[in-house]
Amino acid sequence: MVEQNDNILLTARQVTKLYPGTVALNQVAFNLYRGKVNVLIGENGAGKSTLMKILAGVEQATSGQLMLEGKEIAPGSPREAEKLGIGIIYQELNLFPNLNVSENIFVAHERTRGGVVIDHKSQEERTADLLQRLEQNIDPRTLVADLRIGQQQIVEIAKALSLNARMLIMDEPTSALSNTEVKVLFNIIEDLKAQGVSIVYISHKLEELMEIGDYVTILRDGNLIAEAAVQDVNLTWIVENMVGRDASEQYQPAPHDIGEPILKVKNLSLPRPRSADYVLKDISFELRAGEILGLYGLMGAGRTELFECLMGDHNYTADEIMLEGQPIRSDHIRGRIQQGLMLIPEDRQREGLVQTMSVRNNMLLASLRRYLRGFMLDGGKEQNAVQQYIEELSIKLPNAEALISSLSGGNQQKVVVGKALLTTPKILLMDEPTRGIDVGAKQEIFDIVVKLAQQGLGILFVSTELKEVLAISDRIIVMSKGRISREFSREEADEEALVRASAVGHGTASTDSDLTDSSEQSTELVGV
Amino acid sequence: MSTANMSAGSEVVQADRSALLVLSKLLIRLRAFVALFALIAFFAIVNDSFLSSSNLIILTKQVAINAILGIGMTFVILTAGIDLSVGSIVGLAGMIAGGLINEGLVLPMFGVTIYFNIWIVCMLALLVGMAVGLANGIIITRFNVAPFIATLGTLYIARGLALISNDGATFPSLTGEPVLSNTGFPQLGAGTFLELPYSIWIMFGLTAIAIFIAHKTPFGRQVYAIGGNERAAELSGVRVKQVTMLTYVISGFCSAMVGLIIASQLVSAHPATGETFELNAIAAVVLGGTSLAGGRGAVFGTLIGAFVIGVLRNGMVLEGLSSFIQTIITGTVIILAVMVDQLQVRLQQQRA
Repeated sequence: MVEQNDNILLTARQVTKLYPGTVALNQVAFNLYRGKVNVLIGENGAGKSTLMKILAGVEQATSGQLMLEGKEIAPGSPREAEKLGIGIIYQELNLFPNLNVSENIFVAHERTRGGVVIDHKSQEERTADLLQRLEQNIDPRTLVADLRIGQQQIVEIAKALSLNARMLIMDEPTSALSNTEVKVLFNIIEDLKAQGVSIVYISHKLEELMEIGDYVTILRDGNLIAEAAVQDVNLTWIVENMVGRDASEQYQPAPHDIGEPILKVKNLSLPRPRSADYVLKDISFELRAGEILGLYGLMGAGRTELFECLMGDHNYTADEIMLEGQPIRSDHIRGRIQQGLMLIPEDRQREGLVQTMSVRNNMLLASLRRYLRGFMLDGGKEQNAVQQYIEELSIKLPNAEALISSLSGGNQQKVVVGKALLTTPKILLMDEPTRGIDVGAKQEIFDIVVKLAQQGLGILFVSTELKEVLAISDRIIVMSKGRISREFSREEADEEALVRASAVGHGTASTDSDLTDSSEQSTELVGV
Repeated sequence: MSTANMSAGSEVVQADRSALLVLSKLLIRLRAFVALFALIAFFAIVNDSFLSSSNLIILTKQVAINAILGIGMTFVILTAGIDLSVGSIVGLAGMIAGGLINEGLVLPMFGVTIYFNIWIVCMLALLVGMAVGLANGIIITRFNVAPFIATLGTLYIARGLALISNDGATFPSLTGEPVLSNTGFPQLGAGTFLELPYSIWIMFGLTAIAIFIAHKTPFGRQVYAIGGNERAAELSGVRVKQVTMLTYVISGFCSAMVGLIIASQLVSAHPATGETFELNAIAAVVLGGTSLAGGRGAVFGTLIGAFVIGVLRNGMVLEGLSSFIQTIITGTVIILAVMVDQLQVRLQQQRA
């Protein structure tokens, strides 16, 4: 039993969450210290979001206990969690752009006159109070659509405070903020702490956590790995605990020959719509046949956008894109696929698969013309193609006519890979191909990637998981804020160096200046 | 905190339930068939003349109108679109044919009037229908207007054109003149092959072609993909805009075909023909199990759906039910069908 501790507002004990086929959380314990910033970190799929959703009443734990000030709680809905004083700010802001600030703050909790008419005056006064507490000069009647992202975030915070939140969960609050906005947010967090609000802070930006965090809890693969006071630890310790140091897990790709350059990109830029800013700026790189080029970067670094540009999906500008020594011809996706580029999208459900179709039809979708006899699809040819890749990729499924949604995540991903390979690509753009799939399936995807490199394909491999990028890549490019911030050979790359390079331009810690020799830098980078 | 314990006992219950699930799923999947046969059996019992060949032919002729519209509509709805303009295209195509037969194509600048052979007349009417469909497709895919709004607009426009074409009047007696060698139009509506009217053959023929297109051509596969997940289809190299546009052209073609059939059956073209037909067509598609959300459904289902509506109407007429009550019952059946549809979706999710 955990001893009662007055400094602890909330304790989670042995919390387990099972989803069909996966254990999202495995007997996790979590302490939330009163009036502190409790940082929660872990890679994608580590279970952070699941834990937060359980605290916020969005999901319910399969088993385990939540103790709030010594009393057991079990929030069954976000509304119940609100009543307990638990507020959450999601990564994707949940505001109504068509309503004004005060209407957003009081949505579903409207103050009324006689229970019928909304009392706008009282709502706006209260909103003004809240915004003043946050030291923000925003008119309560401004439309949320007219606010900057950073201001919208502050409205979310005000909304949580309006419900008298004692505990505020922030899921990657800075991912869309500019540096100045981050500073404002950090000031607000300090104020909230002083007012006794306890914060749970989730972020991938480790430097940021060192600066703002008081306590850190690390999750990995649904397990609690470590808990510590931030002042007692450093970045290296966090990275090691986050990614794990198990030597047996170190993946050694089979040898593959690296050939001639197959793709050359020179000064590719993508302007941000309706702004002078850039999503991508002057991206130049070269990819060789048989090479696995890792691409690492935080959310918003522009990895996905780069891939979409290469597929002809955006109005980018580039001095030159050469495919096998020829300038790229087509400016739409279909043409790019025919020229030998193929994308494996980041979001399998939203961009990779058609849920209403069978495994077979999903796999064939990008290469239908190959199975024509006259103007009619030849079922035999289709069957052969599907069967070949079901075997080659060892996809486990009852039969090819099964609905795609009946497969596990790993097998769904293999179907997406199969679809891509059926177009006989020369270059494969893999955007987080291992996201949300289990360890075994990851290993298989890795093996497939290496096998394709052996066959001479050029592979661009994006992952937000450091260990993965390091394990599979022959060479690594790190992106930050739409630019390539550094390139590493396989030998010189290590976790900390990548983390530092990925934070260039974010300006939350002293990384920018010492970037050039960061890999040799000391590990004593303790913030605050 | 709740604790879910999986005991051996609950697994047995699970197995029982899954057997039940499979059975109910099968019944639900075949619900349109089940409903159709139940209706036929019911009316056959309560009314002797229902199964007479003359009644069945009348019934099927009525079904053909709705089914042909429904075939085109099915492609559109499979892409998660909707085509409200079909009824107006029916009217417009009939008026085009009627005008070309009775008054010919007047070319004032040359001072001549051209009378076309009846085949060419039909061809031109079909082309006009396809042109309206193409306009729908362009407005929807190139200008990003929601299908509901775009086709609502063309519903009005096409109806207006039909009215303008003869100042709101009917083109009567479309028999043509032997001198002008444009006779034969009424044959389409009155002619038979193996004792079945042409319109019934057209219905079955178009159904067969549509099923072939839907399941055996890349176009058909891509239609399903767009409705299921437009973004995934796009990233797979599907030309989403062109494919979507083509579905509206198909719908326009089917509508014009219906316009010709009706004008020929009546031997006259009336500009108000086809009003509210779009709703019947949508009802047939939905009854046939095609999801308005797109990606799920089949042409054959639409045929069955059209028969369900037709049998219901015909049977109720034979029973002498007032047309007011008929309307209420038809509406109820449509809602029930969609409720069953939702049930199926939920069962599927349960299994997944």
